[in-house]
Amino acid sequence: MNDLALRDLTKRFGPVAAVDGVTLDIPGGKFICLLGPSGCGKTTLLRLIAGLEDPSEGRILVGDEDITDRPAHRRDFGMVFQSLALFPHLSVGDNVAYPLAIRGRPRAERERRAAELLDLVRLPGMAGRRIHQLSGGQRQRVAIARGLAVDPSLFLLDEPLSALDANLREHMQVELRQLQTRLGVTTLVVTHDQKEALTMADLVIVMDKGRVQQMGAPMEVYRDPANAFVAGFIGSSNLLLATLLDRTTVEVAGRRILLSPEDRVKAEPGPVLLSVRPEDVRLAPEGLLARVTFVRDLGESVQLVLDQGGREMTALFAPRDRPAANVGDEVRLAFAPGGVVVLRP
Amino acid sequence: MSAREAPTPYWLGLLPALALLVLFLVPFGIMLAVSVAGREAGGFFTWGFDLASYARVFSPFVGRILVTSVAIALGAAILAVALALPFTVILGGMSRRAQTVVLVVLLSALSLSEVIIGFSVNTLLSQTAGVGNLLAWLGLLEAPRAFTPGLFALMTGLVYLSFPYAVLVLYPPVARLDPELAQAARTMGASPLRTFATVTVPLLRAPILGATILVFVFVLGSYLLPQVLGRPQHWTLSVHITDQAIYQSNLPFAAAMAVLLLAVALALVGLSLLVTRERRTGT
Amino acid sequence: MSRRLGGLYVVVLLGLLSLPILVVAGVSLNGGQSLRFPPVDPSLRWYGELFRAADWTGPLRNSVVIAALASLLAVAVALPLALHSWGRGGWLTRVLMVLGVAPFMLPPVITALGFLVFWVSLGMYGQMAATVLSHGIFLVTLPLVTISLGLVSIDRSLVEAARTMGATRGQVLRTVVLPLVAPYVVSGYAFAFVLSLNEYIIAYMVAGFTVETLPIKIFNSLRYGYTPIMGVVSVLFVLVAALVFGTIGAFGNLPRLLGSDRAEGR
Repeated sequence: MNDLALRDLTKRFGPVAAVDGVTLDIPGGKFICLLGPSGCGKTTLLRLIAGLEDPSEGRILVGDEDITDRPAHRRDFGMVFQSLALFPHLSVGDNVAYPLAIRGRPRAERERRAAELLDLVRLPGMAGRRIHQLSGGQRQRVAIARGLAVDPSLFLLDEPLSALDANLREHMQVELRQLQTRLGVTTLVVTHDQKEALTMADLVIVMDKGRVQQMGAPMEVYRDPANAFVAGFIGSSNLLLATLLDRTTVEVAGRRILLSPEDRVKAEPGPVLLSVRPEDVRLAPEGLLARVTFVRDLGESVQLVLDQGGREMTALFAPRDRPAANVGDEVRLAFAPGGVVVLRP
Repeated sequence: MSAREAPTPYWLGLLPALALLVLFLVPFGIMLAVSVAGREAGGFFTWGFDLASYARVFSPFVGRILVTSVAIALGAAILAVALALPFTVILGGMSRRAQTVVLVVLLSALSLSEVIIGFSVNTLLSQTAGVGNLLAWLGLLEAPRAFTPGLFALMTGLVYLSFPYAVLVLYPPVARLDPELAQAARTMGASPLRTFATVTVPLLRAPILGATILVFVFVLGSYLLPQVLGRPQHWTLSVHITDQAIYQSNLPFAAAMAVLLLAVALALVGLSLLVTRERRTGT
Repeated sequence: MSRRLGGLYVVVLLGLLSLPILVVAGVSLNGGQSLRFPPVDPSLRWYGELFRAADWTGPLRNSVVIAALASLLAVAVALPLALHSWGRGGWLTRVLMVLGVAPFMLPPVITALGFLVFWVSLGMYGQMAATVLSHGIFLVTLPLVTISLGLVSIDRSLVEAARTMGATRGQVLRTVVLPLVAPYVVSGYAFAFVLSLNEYIIAYMVAGFTVETLPIKIFNSLRYGYTPIMGVVSVLFVLVAALVFGTIGAFGNLPRLLGSDRAEGR
């Protein structure tokens, strides 16, 4: 599997840079999620890689080969569109075999390969169906099968599961990941759903404002966000304004807190942001003063919504650790060792 | 360069461009040239520059014809739109299947030749068949009589001709109307008629005006019904153009009148575009 | 207007719209040469006569040939123009689109006279080819509108998907765009065919004395002697139109074709 490399890739629409100087090395054979809020440039980046947009600047390389100027139809990538883009005038089998038909393969081979691919996505014997006869999940699988028809060197998917309802979505996430593991094809999925990214990906690339904010394994991005944006976007996070006094002490709301050795400090002394995951917030006899404003019972967990000096915080507990606090109670908060990331504001 | 490649090759536009240029623009150019050409007795025309035909166009004779044409066309257009507006609103509220059936009937009527409409309405209003016969049989008339030719027959024919057109011009804006606006008025206690008058019609003011102008131009183009159903004093500009071109063999005069008609039609179509556009951006 | 009253209004107007046609249908059944209603000695005699009487079979053949060829020409001009406009845009394309729609918006007498002087200048006045070409250009509007609507309804991602799967521009047009737009091309052809069949003034001005079409023949008969065959032709034309539009309505989405956004039927 060849690696994909982007060098200073930029795409401007008028004065706006949708993709702004992106440089990335994407290792072959991995499952990668491009994650970011809507408008962050992730879809544009995917379309640049597919050859559906021309970059304003920068290069795209596969292995040692520069493919920046190669038109979309000669890149031999597979792509699944957000709308799926299944051809309504063709049968399921003809949709899947379309890339082969374009390459002039004989009918027998096309039919054999279409049947093989439909087996792979667990739609055996559906080749003769019309697209409009399929359910949403089945269409999804047809689009995936079609994208894989020519054994692409790179498999691109643009928000492929966004049209499915929640249950089916979670199911398809697992299935897509299993399929990729079996085939080993380098796969790049655009999504705005961080849970989806954490479920499927070997590597997560977080984007905002056209730039890459962080790239790393899912747990790394979750536990160790590179900046305030990533901390806020991946999972929910409490972000507290604080002052870093030295490597081991921060001051929050006039109260000094000692950092543990596992806490990560990524800022110089001075004003900083503390990122603390809700599951790392504890109730303690000593600590920050806060008032409970709401108790949300989620079954698998209990969430306390807190008012800490006019700022909202959340704390998450397992049901068995449910604190005996009610709405209106005053509580004291402390942070679990290793749960604090000190970031530049 | 790949992505910016348009989905169609550039030369694809050449054939239609050429066809429209040669077969549409050139004929118009020639018509302009003919309007200042000299008349040739017994033949068609001789090239030249002679404003005599335009002098005739700006004469009381043509002035009267223009006034007649405008009066008749305006009357028919207002009648047709008045009938078509409630029709279209009701149509827009029907199921897709019912809409399709009604649209098939309307399109069939709209595509009918003026010749056939003229013949049909003429027959309907004639002495031996149709209304006159029916009224006599009912005892309302002493003897069957014909209602054609005459202004009544002509207006009937023109409204018949333009009603389907008026519906189809009104159909897109009416179909795009949010049905919840009318429903909201109903929940606030407005009767259906009141809802129509206080919500639907005001919302459609610009499209109604635009449609009236377009139907007016459409009726202005009627060249046959005035001959078949009207009397000579009801002949419109379109009829006179045909008459001059074919029976009086005066192509330059016909062309000059056609240029006048073109100017009126273009001005009105432009006006209708302006009306509908200003309303859309203005509010 | 309660629902029922509204329905009644629509039905009454549609009834009035079909009244002249019903009378003409009755007239066409007269056994003799007269145009009486109700018909005297009802018979289908004149229906056979249309296909036998030499002075009617000629116009019948002319009308069908002209309509078939002119609609083909209209589609041949409209399809590339619609594709060009869909694929490229730009002001020149917009001008072309206006030119394509203009013949239909203007009073037809003007277009007819333009064609008359054009063919006179070329020395083709009075030839059937002149009628075919004139009708073809006059009717470009209809396929242009239907095909453009069809193209707009094609999801752009279908084109992009085909590209990522290796299709060249030509292959995309052939395997994706044309199959999807084909129903609209057929509708456009059918619209143009029906209107060409019924068109009078252009056919009359361009070659009225040498190439008689059915509408011209009816008009001449209005002046020089009525016959129930006129009723027969009218009934036939109504039937053809109803058949064509009914077929489009049954298999296509007529409300959408006529500009209703909301009638997105599945």
